[in-house]
Amino acid sequence: MHDHAKSSPLKTYFTVWGALLVGTYLTYKAALIDLGPFNPVVALGIATTKALLVALFFMHLKNASERLLKLVVASTSFFLMILLFLTLTDYMSRPWTITS
Amino acid sequence: MSDSQAVVPTAAHEEIHSPGLLHHFATEEQQRDASNLGMWIFLATEVMFFGGLFCAYLIYRHWYFGDFGAASKSINALLGGVNTAVLICSSLTVVLAIWAAQTARRGMMLAMLALTMLFGLMFLGVKGVEYKDKFDEHHVPGATFSFEKVPIPSHSDQYANPQHAQIFFALYFIMTGLHALHMVVGLGIFTWLFWMAWKGRFTPEYHTPLEIGGLYWHFVDIVWIYLFPLLYLIDRHP
Repeated sequence: MHDHAKSSPLKTYFTVWGALLVGTYLTYKAALIDLGPFNPVVALGIATTKALLVALFFMHLKNASERLLKLVVASTSFFLMILLFLTLTDYMSRPWTITS
Repeated sequence: MSDSQAVVPTAAHEEIHSPGLLHHFATEEQQRDASNLGMWIFLATEVMFFGGLFCAYLIYRHWYFGDFGAASKSINALLGGVNTAVLICSSLTVVLAIWAAQTARRGMMLAMLALTMLFGLMFLGVKGVEYKDKFDEHHVPGATFSFEKVPIPSHSDQYANPQHAQIFFALYFIMTGLHALHMVVGLGIFTWLFWMAWKGRFTPEYHTPLEIGGLYWHFVDIVWIYLFPLLYLIDRHP
């Protein structure tokens, strides 16, 4: 962050707000194009970018000085990734489903 | 909470400090950081709460790929997109309310808090419209559910399995319903914050409840940021 941004957080807030709205529009438009297996990649990529913008700038994580706070946030993401990633690799590597 | 009375050193109370500083904290900054950390830890539990539902959704999406695509196409992506924009605007008004508190702009702080709540109500209103549409189309899981002869996107010769589609709608209602419940709680919190702001409790030195309530609100926004593409925008391309 440049020093001048500290004295005009408004500029940052409005820029992030604009970026979030653009991201929403892009997600919507990208869903209408056939990107094959990359549709979910693009959708989740844009969603994660938006979530990071909200977390870093609106929730003031970017300027947080407390290491303990950063540890809590990082470990939350880490455990969520374990939940989703490990569970999905399990299910997606099985050739059977619950009905067949 | 701040009062207007100064603290005078006495035998029982040796240090001079701001009346808002609770005695088990060394400095006001530490007190603020502790409140912040506490809310983030709560948000971590909320991430796990919603995370389990997202995991279930992703598994069923993997199993019933086409059926979920067909079911998702029937929900209104435009309304979903509008709701996403509404929540993004509400997160902006939250940070503007905090900035107004930091710069002692009482009128703007109250206006931004009121706008945040207005956006929240708009979100719930649009949700109500969506739910009504689903009710009318018999897409609510249960005895009245019906999803006959709906083609699977990109495989228009095949019809979606209604039982599998019903699971999509069950997840849709549970996830968006839980999210809407969080919105309602958020509206309650912000009503309380508005009342405290009205009574003049927030100053540039002390506005911690605003920051913490704001964190909760932004979290609810982030959940929706993920809900929108996963529920509304799968298999939308021609």
